[in-house]
Amino acid sequence: MSDATAAGCASGDDLESLAGWGVEAALSAGAGEAEAWCERSTSRRIRVYDGAVESLSDAGGRGIGIRAFLGERSGYGYGTDLTADGIRATARIALDAAAIADPDEHGALPAEPGVADVEGLCSDAMAGWTTERKVELALAVERAARGRPGVSQVENAVYSDAEASAAIANSRGFAAAYDATRAFAYASAFAGEGEDLMTGLGIGLGRDPGALDAAAIGHEAADRALALAGARQPSSRRCPVVLDAFVAASFAGLIGSMLSADAVQRGRSLFAGREGEEVAEPALMLVDDGRHPDGPASAPFDGEGSATRRTPLIEGGHLRGFLYDTRTARKDGRCSTANASRSSYRAAPSVGTTNLLVEPGEAPLDELLRRAGEGLYVTDVAGLHSGVNPVSGTFSVGACGRLIEGGELAGPVREITIAGDLVGMLRGVVAVGSGARWVPLGGSVRAAPLLIGEMAVSGS
Amino acid sequence: MTLVDHDLAARVIERALRHGGDFAELYVEDRHGFTVSLDDGRVERPRGGSERGASVRVVLGEATYFGHVDGLAEGPLLELAGSVAAGVRAQRREGESRFGARARRSGSGARAALAPGDRTALLPQPAGSHPITEPPQEVAAERKVELLRAGDAAARAAGDAIAQATVGYVESRRIVEVFNSDGLAAADDRTRTRLSVQAIARRDGRIETGSETRGGHAGFELVADAAQEIAGAATRKALTMLDAVDAPTGRLPVVVGNGFGGVLLHEAVGHGLEADAVHKRASVYADRLGDQLAVAGVTAYDDGARPNEWGSDGIDDEGTPTQRTTVIEDGRLTSFLHDLRSARRAGAQPTGNGRRESFRHLPVPRMTNTYFAPGEASVEELIGDVDRGLYAVSFGGGQVEPATGDFVFGVSEGYLIEGGRVTAPVRGATLVGSGLEALAAIDGIAGDLAIATGFCGKAGQSVPAGVGQPHVRIRELTVGGTAA
Repeated sequence: MSDATAAGCASGDDLESLAGWGVEAALSAGAGEAEAWCERSTSRRIRVYDGAVESLSDAGGRGIGIRAFLGERSGYGYGTDLTADGIRATARIALDAAAIADPDEHGALPAEPGVADVEGLCSDAMAGWTTERKVELALAVERAARGRPGVSQVENAVYSDAEASAAIANSRGFAAAYDATRAFAYASAFAGEGEDLMTGLGIGLGRDPGALDAAAIGHEAADRALALAGARQPSSRRCPVVLDAFVAASFAGLIGSMLSADAVQRGRSLFAGREGEEVAEPALMLVDDGRHPDGPASAPFDGEGSATRRTPLIEGGHLRGFLYDTRTARKDGRCSTANASRSSYRAAPSVGTTNLLVEPGEAPLDELLRRAGEGLYVTDVAGLHSGVNPVSGTFSVGACGRLIEGGELAGPVREITIAGDLVGMLRGVVAVGSGARWVPLGGSVRAAPLLIGEMAVSGS
Repeated sequence: MTLVDHDLAARVIERALRHGGDFAELYVEDRHGFTVSLDDGRVERPRGGSERGASVRVVLGEATYFGHVDGLAEGPLLELAGSVAAGVRAQRREGESRFGARARRSGSGARAALAPGDRTALLPQPAGSHPITEPPQEVAAERKVELLRAGDAAARAAGDAIAQATVGYVESRRIVEVFNSDGLAAADDRTRTRLSVQAIARRDGRIETGSETRGGHAGFELVADAAQEIAGAATRKALTMLDAVDAPTGRLPVVVGNGFGGVLLHEAVGHGLEADAVHKRASVYADRLGDQLAVAGVTAYDDGARPNEWGSDGIDDEGTPTQRTTVIEDGRLTSFLHDLRSARRAGAQPTGNGRRESFRHLPVPRMTNTYFAPGEASVEELIGDVDRGLYAVSFGGGQVEPATGDFVFGVSEGYLIEGGRVTAPVRGATLVGSGLEALAAIDGIAGDLAIATGFCGKAGQSVPAGVGQPHVRIRELTVGGTAA
């Protein structure tokens, strides 16, 4: 918090006091123990279309969430009213909620809360960027995408950023706060027209707008769409499959959610009871890292005040462990891995990934393609979360991409499904590519391309 | 009760237009929510809360300036209006120097029809369109817990193979008020209640899940006696799928079940009819208004006024009364779904589809309850004519790329059709295709319309959306299976 007063970074100090009031309000209303989480943010979002601003949003938000314990029962209340009366009312909601819960012997505040040292969460450079320069950045993203011959439309080019502060306090005397900044831009480009139209997404992120390469983001959107132009439905086959980093990130996110100790303990994960077992090829390494300096989900502490850390999940082909918060850790007689996550002050903490990393390998993409020989390069999947059975791991998802012929990219394909089961797929990872990148879509994942030995691909 | 008085609303709008604008709007909201679930026999995660906030929007030409704050105090509301106006000013300056005529072509028409001191009465809500018999916030928490336990007991009673059950209860109340520079002052009071059951069945190492949800723009009465029925549907799906065989692969006739089967219409057609996608030519339906896209007899509606339906409201989130819009009439594409801006741009009437997740979001054209009208056929006829095909009763969800209409649906409950009869359940089937292709291939519609409870995500916003249809047969569709 040393740079908390620097330009661009709001101070979380007053939030810490508000969180403290929240704890006191819950205790004086009768809670045995209590925890409060307080947030404040300002954010901007600039959407451009056809060379002009389409929308410009400027927003401020704040709120408090209180978790109250009545013996072994717990309940949660949240609200936007941060006056003394408002906080008391929110504490009351939490206590009323706790009164109807069944007792949970494992529910508790963290025994050893703490704060990890995470570098660079907050960029002072953010404050130096005027709205006009940010608009210019969004326009530059769009221009780069439109500039590629063959691009028929750029549906969206968006820049957004936020400066956020969060604070936590609990009845065991722990209190902490942090500030973070982030900036993000993306574009969605089209290639082709009518029924032949295909889309492509380009993304970039960082702690401030200076970290965003507008041309690269626009070009990525355009190139991903152009690579699919003229796609047709191929015949069904069983073949080697290369997943690009975007698709690998989607699968990694899904696997990460199944490695939550909560899912495991509730019998909703195919990884239940498999700790220490061989679940993948040694090439694949999966890590959750709440302190990664570039990670969009990085923070000094998790949603209940445990110091963040790095947790290997799959290493050397073996399942090393699961993701824990305090409650699930107590249930298994373990330590929390600081994976109590909160989507906002409106949500009670629950187990979730922080930054999920698919550690990159040695092989550049062309080598993966060469090794695949005759196969499929997948650049987009649809319906992953609806098309997967989390307990059995069987999946069947829609996909598009390019054929691989003679070890090189060939004709674009669409309207295909790829099917299999997740463990079968993990065991089939023959090689991991070298090109790792952040994919902040529905989670925070840094992934590299994967070569899978064989998958069932169905087309016509 | 009003959340902000008209005088303040008028001053906010006036200030928002200080540096010009064609239109300004103040949207205020007071929302309360409560949720509790039961998992593995234990009542857990009770959570309640309340939020208040407002957003201000100014439209100038093709540009929208927007901001939101938590809380409804006068100071922050006026400050918000000032900061949105500052955004307008900065862009006008920028636009005049860099884009010349382009930015100047509009923006001189600032007007605040709702002047300070106006005492326009709030538009009365359409009387009794979504009557709430038992406001959930007045129902004792213990009854909600009993409801969860009843669902759990019913699920467990469905057989030894049911290994686990989760029951979820959610209630919400949103009071919204919309004021704009055209003089509109409108309000809506929205109560929603929802009960869902998820069951996990295990036998001989096989594990299958089944779920069922009932929700409505309704009070506790909607779910008070429904636990058994919802649990029954969820467990039936899970148990049935234990006996499932691998799904077939290839081009097959598909009979899609009623109720949640309508998610196919929602994804594959509905999103492409939302006027923002049409405007940006991000829809295959963009030039197709008036075209025959399906056989006569295929009619579809978006109906946000359907009484007590999950996706219904009194007004949309821009103050336009909800209505029933015929989007396909006897196979012909008849209307897109509009918000205020898209309607103005297209010279069409607003259709009451300007929806937003909360005061923190800009309104965009969204579906409400979208469904195919009932036809003449019987379900037996639809299935009886199929020699080899798939009966897709329910979907785990779906996804579409509106620009192409390409869709993918995971079939959560499906069966083989062999020799005109429904035979073995199948697992792992997905339907892959495009909306235009699927519409053109509809060759039979039954009469058993049902509407199910869904959530629709778009532009980072999730809103309740009803999806529905009677049984519908599609002559041929790509089925991606697990049996390669």
